[in-house]
Amino acid sequence: MSNQLSAQIAQLAKQRILILDGAMGTMIQTYQFTESDYRGSQYADWHCDVKGNNDLLAITQPDIIRFIHEQYLAAGSDIIETNTFNATTIAMADYDMQDISKEINLAAAKLARQAADKYSSPDKPRFVAGVLGPTNRTASISPDVNDPGKRNVSFDELVEAYEESTHALLDGGADIIMLETIFDTLNAKAAAFAVENVFEQRGEHFPVMVSGTITDASGRTLSGQTTEAFYHSMRHLSPLSMGLNCALGPDLLRQYVDELSNVADCLVSAHPNAGLPNEFGEYDMDADEMSAHIKEWASSGLVNIVGGCCGSTPEHIKAIADVVASSNPRAIPELATKMRLSGLEPFIH
Amino acid sequence: MTQAASSFINIGERTNVTGSAMFKRLILEEDYETALDVAKQQVENGAQIIDINMDEAMLDSEAAMVRFLNLIASEPDISRVPIMIDSSKWSVIEAGLKCVQGKSVVNSISLKEGKAPFVEQAKLIKRYGAATVVMAFDEQGQADTIERKYDICERSYRILVDEVGFPPEDIIFDPNIFAVATGIEEHNNYAVDFIEATRKIRQNLPHAHVSGGLSNISFSFRGNNPVREAMHSVFLYHAIKAGMDMAIVNAGQLEVYDEIPPKLRDAVEDVILNRHDQATDNLLAIAPEYQGDGKAAKVEDLAWREWPVNKRLEHGLVKGITDYIIEDTEAARLEADKPLHVIEGPLMDGMNVVGDLFGEGKMFLPQVVKSARVMKKAVGHLQPFIEAEKDGKASSNGKILMATVKGDVHDIGKNIVGVVLQCNNFEVIDLGVMVPCAKILQVAKDENVDMIGLSGLITPSLDEMVYVAKEMQRNGLDLPLLIGGATTSKAHTAVKIEQHYDHPVVYVSNASRAVGVCQQLISDIKRPIFHDKLKKEYAVVRDQHARKTPRSKAITLSQARDNKFTCDWANQSIVTPKKLGVEAVSVSLSTLREYIDWTPFFLTWSLAGKYPRILEDEVVGKEATDLFNDAQAMLDNLCDKALLEAKGIYGLFPANSVGDDIQITDTQGNAVISHHLRQQTHKPKGANYCLSDYIAPQDSGRQDYIGAFAVTAGIGEDELSATFLADGDDYNSIMVKALADRLAEAFAEYLHQQVRITHWGYAEDERLDNESLIRELYQGIRPAPGYAACPEHTEKQLIWDLLDVEKQIGMKLTESYAMWPGAAVSGWYFAHPDARYFAVAQIQSDQVDDYAKRKSWDNETVQMWLAPNING
Repeated sequence: MSNQLSAQIAQLAKQRILILDGAMGTMIQTYQFTESDYRGSQYADWHCDVKGNNDLLAITQPDIIRFIHEQYLAAGSDIIETNTFNATTIAMADYDMQDISKEINLAAAKLARQAADKYSSPDKPRFVAGVLGPTNRTASISPDVNDPGKRNVSFDELVEAYEESTHALLDGGADIIMLETIFDTLNAKAAAFAVENVFEQRGEHFPVMVSGTITDASGRTLSGQTTEAFYHSMRHLSPLSMGLNCALGPDLLRQYVDELSNVADCLVSAHPNAGLPNEFGEYDMDADEMSAHIKEWASSGLVNIVGGCCGSTPEHIKAIADVVASSNPRAIPELATKMRLSGLEPFIH
Repeated sequence: MTQAASSFINIGERTNVTGSAMFKRLILEEDYETALDVAKQQVENGAQIIDINMDEAMLDSEAAMVRFLNLIASEPDISRVPIMIDSSKWSVIEAGLKCVQGKSVVNSISLKEGKAPFVEQAKLIKRYGAATVVMAFDEQGQADTIERKYDICERSYRILVDEVGFPPEDIIFDPNIFAVATGIEEHNNYAVDFIEATRKIRQNLPHAHVSGGLSNISFSFRGNNPVREAMHSVFLYHAIKAGMDMAIVNAGQLEVYDEIPPKLRDAVEDVILNRHDQATDNLLAIAPEYQGDGKAAKVEDLAWREWPVNKRLEHGLVKGITDYIIEDTEAARLEADKPLHVIEGPLMDGMNVVGDLFGEGKMFLPQVVKSARVMKKAVGHLQPFIEAEKDGKASSNGKILMATVKGDVHDIGKNIVGVVLQCNNFEVIDLGVMVPCAKILQVAKDENVDMIGLSGLITPSLDEMVYVAKEMQRNGLDLPLLIGGATTSKAHTAVKIEQHYDHPVVYVSNASRAVGVCQQLISDIKRPIFHDKLKKEYAVVRDQHARKTPRSKAITLSQARDNKFTCDWANQSIVTPKKLGVEAVSVSLSTLREYIDWTPFFLTWSLAGKYPRILEDEVVGKEATDLFNDAQAMLDNLCDKALLEAKGIYGLFPANSVGDDIQITDTQGNAVISHHLRQQTHKPKGANYCLSDYIAPQDSGRQDYIGAFAVTAGIGEDELSATFLADGDDYNSIMVKALADRLAEAFAEYLHQQVRITHWGYAEDERLDNESLIRELYQGIRPAPGYAACPEHTEKQLIWDLLDVEKQIGMKLTESYAMWPGAAVSGWYFAHPDARYFAVAQIQSDQVDDYAKRKSWDNETVQMWLAPNING
């Protein structure tokens, strides 16, 4: 069934540019939830503050989360992302909620599934991407400047956490697994390892989307890889798409999407921020400006899947969906069969 | 440059503990910062991938791999290139794969253990996102012919690509480079086999790459680097044309093909391409012409003979040249007021230069020992003149008594320390080996020595050292006590010896440390400060030792037995030996020298690095080559004149295991018991091994077999060594013993092979070169009592009884169960295909009680013989 799903998405992607959704976090912020809203009835007595635990809202404010999904679906999203950016056991430990990580992932996937099913139709099927976030720890960067060999999370710990989340996301009805906002590729390799383990355990493969984050004008991930080196590191997963998201607005992100577009022999996705945050931490780039950038990407043949990250709203997504509707999707290049290795930089032999 | 050559990948080889002595030292000393510099330099010098290998017995290889890779991750100048994770252990590879964010290369996997583990490892490598090197190795062994090489690579390729879904472009075949020109006819085509297999692989297995370890090809020309480099270039030239597209090489050490002298190049090409029957002989004939600086035999530079006499003496000492030393010493004597002044003046000045260079790591032990030889010759020349003047003796820095303790016969290390101390103007009184405590104390008093140094190699010697320390205390001595030798350690010295003696007790880890320690101890001003510092340091060590939590949890003996190694005994193939019983063996030294594992020989001389690569090491390569050439010359001499004799004996017996013991039927038909110990720490993955697990249990109903052996190559070593010593030639005195040790180990290797192939015959088809023997790529093991798998020394007595060793070949056991002559090896043969070496390590009180019962000993006796396994 899942191979059918991959084939179905691939078929759609040949015909047109697919639309991802926009931000979840900045949408939630507009509701200005209080501590007690976050706790809901279920966690009213929780022993520490949970305000800011957006992923918990899948359990305590399910209607709001489902409503946000629906707004994106109404705006034209083909693929919506579950509200599980921080839902791994590792990230949930900040709220001492590692034990309910599974429950949150499951609930979030179900909400997205319900919303997608409501909008899905034979000529515009909708898909749910179960999101595995980067966690708040890094497997290849030391937390201690005096001891560069130190690590605060191991590959094995990440694999364990990601396996649990992946199972719960698929149990909740996710069609796709999406590794996003990757700033340390080793974390993402652990996620990839976990995802493949889970597929093997379930005897069923699902499409995987991979999206890294170029943190600044250095053109590298936080852990130091160039876009192409990052691609080589993740290519073994045979992903449905490779892409870039977050950190930069479309203006600054373009050159890296261009680079990826040249080297990737799979679909290319991009979901930039709505510009850079202003002094109040708000994103100023409006829907018209953002969609103008994306339109240019589409006409240059850089992308197959587009959406928005921080600061984007259903309005942005609607504008983007409109401007790319008549554009041809990027053609996937044929690459010579070569060994493609990488350190921080790519190496082809 | 051809297209093929321009796309040839050089993989940096210096960050490899098996290939670089310097890197290994840095890692063992945990000097990771400098180790990172080594990696950085490789990248700066153009390495496109860096190979990292931490396979070293003294290391926790997994931890070292993880630590180093984590450190590399924070060095963008290094981590910009891909990493090759190199280990023979899968666990180390996997630990490494979990540390790299880039797409790396695994080195290596193969079908050696069969298809199932190969598939499993390949799947994991794919899942970790790496490429891999695949060795042409299968269940039958390493491939040597074109057909075998290609067939195994094709089979591997089909499994990887068709069954695992491994990308073919991520496969790098290593079709095994073996030595050519070995004198064995079957080896002549090995280079052609590799080149043609490479061609076939590149033609028929799309997208796969071919790599290899270059240095093997020239193995038989070890010691002659110019010829080796020429062989490497010629081989690469042809292999690259055939499609080899990467190799782990030291690019700086490759001769340029076009710059090889044409005569040498032709001769090498004949050998590499196996162009005619005389190729090897021709190359052998011309090889000596290129020895030395490589282009032609070197003309000795005698300019230094024009220098003033004092500079000449210094030069002779530093360079270890004896040819002119008598002449120069005499010239200096004629210039001096008194003959003694020559010693105290220019000779000591020269030795101080030697000492300084050694201290700075600019000279190496074999050179220092050669310097001592020169010094002794000079002093020997002056001695009659000094005595004629009744001038008394030259004043020394201090007088040191040295001895190998009672029950122990090993003295190479002690002799080296003695020589180094003499070089630094200490007077050394060497009491030799097996010296009883009472004699040590008596001579110390009579000779009024300044300190005592004790040495030992086998574990019971540790207790003897404790005893000597207690006796020194009881007799009211106040001399500093130095502790050294292979089994000693800082922890043992701090925990077991130091608190029994009120005066300084110092663990001396190696010869170069000895001088500094003795200089501090001899000075009345420095000694108290040094002693204070030492006391604090050892208190810390004791404290750490006390707080040390065992790395793995202890389990009870019965839990350990429940987790024993076992197999399907009913269907296990057991090969009945061709002939049971005992047989004595004698073998010529010239046969044995082919079986020598040279790496430990260099270690004896404090030159760390794996042979043959050590000969090309950037730091110690030259000294290692000189030492090696001297060793070859000595071996020639030993062989030609039969100066040493090698004798051995082995026996094959019916046996079955009974619990942890092995019941053996001797030649008289009597049942005798060999006692063994079981690992007793929690093993979440593997079994808790005991050697008896490898022998079919009595209740299995299967008849199994065991072998025992004892060999020596040291008959005559003491006399020969003494002859050199009497001549003031410490260098050759130590050389004889070091070589006798190696020949004994070679004998053990040789005899084991004979037993496997012929006498027992369970591996009739085995065909391994020396390197493979050293790497233990054969079936079965030969654990030695007193070492890790069977640590209890008294069990040697059973071998002696079974084989009647002393009567048959004259080898004896001392009261501490050390073997005499010292150059000796004894042990058991186990043929089980799954038999592996392991360490019994820590055992618990329940096993102590059980072992006491089995041996009919009291607990104290067990405590004594197994102290290292009980107290850690």
